[in-house]
Amino acid sequence: MSEILLRIDGKEVKAREGMTILEAARSAGIFIPTLCYHEKLEPYGACRICIVEVEVRGWTRLVVSCVYPVEDNLVVRTRSEKVDRIRKTLLELMMAHAPDSSQLQELAQEYGADRDRFEKEASFCIHCGLCVRYCAEVKKLNAVGFVDRGTRKEISFIPQIASRECWNCKECFPLCPTSYLQAAFVLIESLAFPSPSSGPTSEK
Amino acid sequence: MPRLKSFAELEELRKSILSIRDPNKPCITLCSGSACYACGSEAVAASIENEIEKQGLSAEVDFRKTGCHGFCERGPIIVIHPEEICYLQVEPEDVPEIVSQTLKQKKVIERLLYTDPRTNEKIVRESEIPFYKNQTRLVFGSNGNIDPKSIDDYLAIGGYSALAKALSQMTREQVLEEVKKANLRGRGGGGFPAGKKWEECRNAPGEIKYVIVNADEGDPGAYKDRSLLEGNPHAVLEGLTIGAYAIGSHEGYIYVRQEYPLAVENVTIAIKQAQEYGLLGKNILGSGFDFTVKVHRGAGAFVSGESSALMTALEGKVGEPRPKYIHTAVKGVWDRPSDLNNVETWANVPLIINKGADWFTQFGTEGSKGTKIFSLVGKINNTGLVEVPMGITLRDIIYKVGGGIAGGKKFKAVQTGGPSGGCISEEQLDLKVDFDELTRAGSMMGSGGMIVMDEDTCMVDFARYFLNFLSDESCGKCVPCREGIRQMLKVLTNITIGNGKEGDIELLEELSEVTKDASLCALGKSAPNPVLSTIRYFRDEYEAHIKEKRCPAYSCKALISYFIDPHRCQACMICFRKCPADAIDGGKNKIHIINQDKCTKCGTCFEVCPSRFGAVKKISGEPVPCPVPEKERTIVRKSKDK
Repeated sequence: MSEILLRIDGKEVKAREGMTILEAARSAGIFIPTLCYHEKLEPYGACRICIVEVEVRGWTRLVVSCVYPVEDNLVVRTRSEKVDRIRKTLLELMMAHAPDSSQLQELAQEYGADRDRFEKEASFCIHCGLCVRYCAEVKKLNAVGFVDRGTRKEISFIPQIASRECWNCKECFPLCPTSYLQAAFVLIESLAFPSPSSGPTSEK
Repeated sequence: MPRLKSFAELEELRKSILSIRDPNKPCITLCSGSACYACGSEAVAASIENEIEKQGLSAEVDFRKTGCHGFCERGPIIVIHPEEICYLQVEPEDVPEIVSQTLKQKKVIERLLYTDPRTNEKIVRESEIPFYKNQTRLVFGSNGNIDPKSIDDYLAIGGYSALAKALSQMTREQVLEEVKKANLRGRGGGGFPAGKKWEECRNAPGEIKYVIVNADEGDPGAYKDRSLLEGNPHAVLEGLTIGAYAIGSHEGYIYVRQEYPLAVENVTIAIKQAQEYGLLGKNILGSGFDFTVKVHRGAGAFVSGESSALMTALEGKVGEPRPKYIHTAVKGVWDRPSDLNNVETWANVPLIINKGADWFTQFGTEGSKGTKIFSLVGKINNTGLVEVPMGITLRDIIYKVGGGIAGGKKFKAVQTGGPSGGCISEEQLDLKVDFDELTRAGSMMGSGGMIVMDEDTCMVDFARYFLNFLSDESCGKCVPCREGIRQMLKVLTNITIGNGKEGDIELLEELSEVTKDASLCALGKSAPNPVLSTIRYFRDEYEAHIKEKRCPAYSCKALISYFIDPHRCQACMICFRKCPADAIDGGKNKIHIINQDKCTKCGTCFEVCPSRFGAVKKISGEPVPCPVPEKERTIVRKSKDK
């Protein structure tokens, strides 16, 4: 693996080929916020909070650092007016669903996000997919998945698998960035009221 | 049919097909595309078959069910060759007369002809009808002449000669160079040069490569890929095979929506026929090139038209875009190099190979070559599929080809590019339509939807409609798209129901920016276009809704009221009887009054009030005038003898 030299926030950083900007930054002690990232899991690129500015061949682009591969002479800015503005709005959008999440609150403070900017729709879930992906990729059980799409998308435990596997595992619960309790609630609900079709849907 | 083993055998076969076809033999063609099918073309077809036999013409007349002719407004369409007599809106009852008069006696039936609305002149020949006359139908033109279920029909018009030429006379590099030189840009959305994509895929490491047809057209109102795949599937297959040859791929997929049953059926038949003829499969025409094609039916998700989502769906997973910053041409299906092009892009390829890049580039503008097919729909006289050279003005498309705005209304805006596109206002009507000009105007070519709106369309409601569509069709994976659309839709809905607030426009702009900049895929990145372009061209409409609670188009129900002008009401009782909500109080010689509490704003009274009275008014942004006092409601009519 060849070594790659890039510049993050003015600091020269050495990275290996195949690393992402996020990995390179972390290895150099540079902090980039994340919500859907987990080192054991495939990058998902969904929360977009790790968005950064890169300069490639004279062009400035916004990319998500958890996915974008490092390349030689890449110039990365982990904070800029634009990046901060995007992160602030993303946090405000997520806090419409999970206003009391401590992870979100911490970031909100950093970026000046107003937790009450948007009308509350307390679903708690910000669709980071950590539970879903952890169950699929690490546990290889697929006991929890996404159902529906668009603005109606939500997580749901599959009763047939969950009733068998989840009680003794619950490893996904602490991964949830918004609410451990919510994860438990969704699990119980799925098992108590399994829907005949794809498993439970929870019209709340 | 034994497989064709050489290029010479293909030409032999073509000759033998042509030798038994007399170009002067009367042939009645019936458009059997989806639109005409919906208008009852099957019943007309049965009637034609029946009548030809009944009148003893089976030996003398050919009957062909063709693909979409494009003039969908007037279907079902019949064209009788060789005279090219075109009959519109044909019903089964018309058929006996068509057979006895036109086929037998060569007499034209006037009432079934197209009437030019300006001159009242009857037009006999299909190509003379203004709708067709102002088009350049390079790709779409064959649709009306061939039976899409017959490979012989396609061979008779020169089909697969481009494939034979590519395989026999051109190297892979030459094919690629020709397509690059033609500057064929992707007809599905972004307009990325197809040749460059092919090259990238060709040069990408990996033995196994895929070529894919994107027939996941899902924009509201768009159906050009559907009609092309339904009406001329072999042209798409031929283009795909040529592309596969240039790229070095031996496996192709056609990703077509399940909701397009006729397209699925026709392309499946076409693949089977091409395999039987040796135009697909192993050692095509003895060239040593192998290529097979499979049909993959998409399960109806708009987002699956996005390249990485389509490829994920092709792998059998949920159609969600991938977050990778690597082109699918390099790492696509199962992480292998995969070239994806739109139906129309592929259908252009045989033309370029047959006639050359120099011929192709004579059509179009500097940056956009060739023609483009649009689904011209909305408040337009001639709804249908139109193929025009790039660079034609919007005005020409709408007025010359489209015949202007329906019902004599005033043009307001045209939306191009589907939900990802934007709308363009009247001041921009002379814009030359190509990839770059549309983008500059804040819209995009997209997959060729063109929705025309008249003065009755509210632009805020229009933006709300598309955001509502996208809130359903977003995959929901990334925050800016899912949540940005959710919040924008809320704001837009609030504005249209009269709950708009100061600052809403700025909020929409901010949400648009984040959604555009931060979304994972093209769906999210382009989702704010309907919002931004309407704000750009129709900001005054937004302001009227927010500040004055007024809908300038009188379209948003919550912001309009119906009111009967007491000075004009003649107490004719028509609206009184027709009101489905019993909201009208009136009687004989008694001026009618709408009970605003009961009124559902369905507009029935407005429509039924005789135009000579014009008593029912739509009002918006102002209070409903007080009803006339009871004692003044009686109409005293002058007696007739005075």
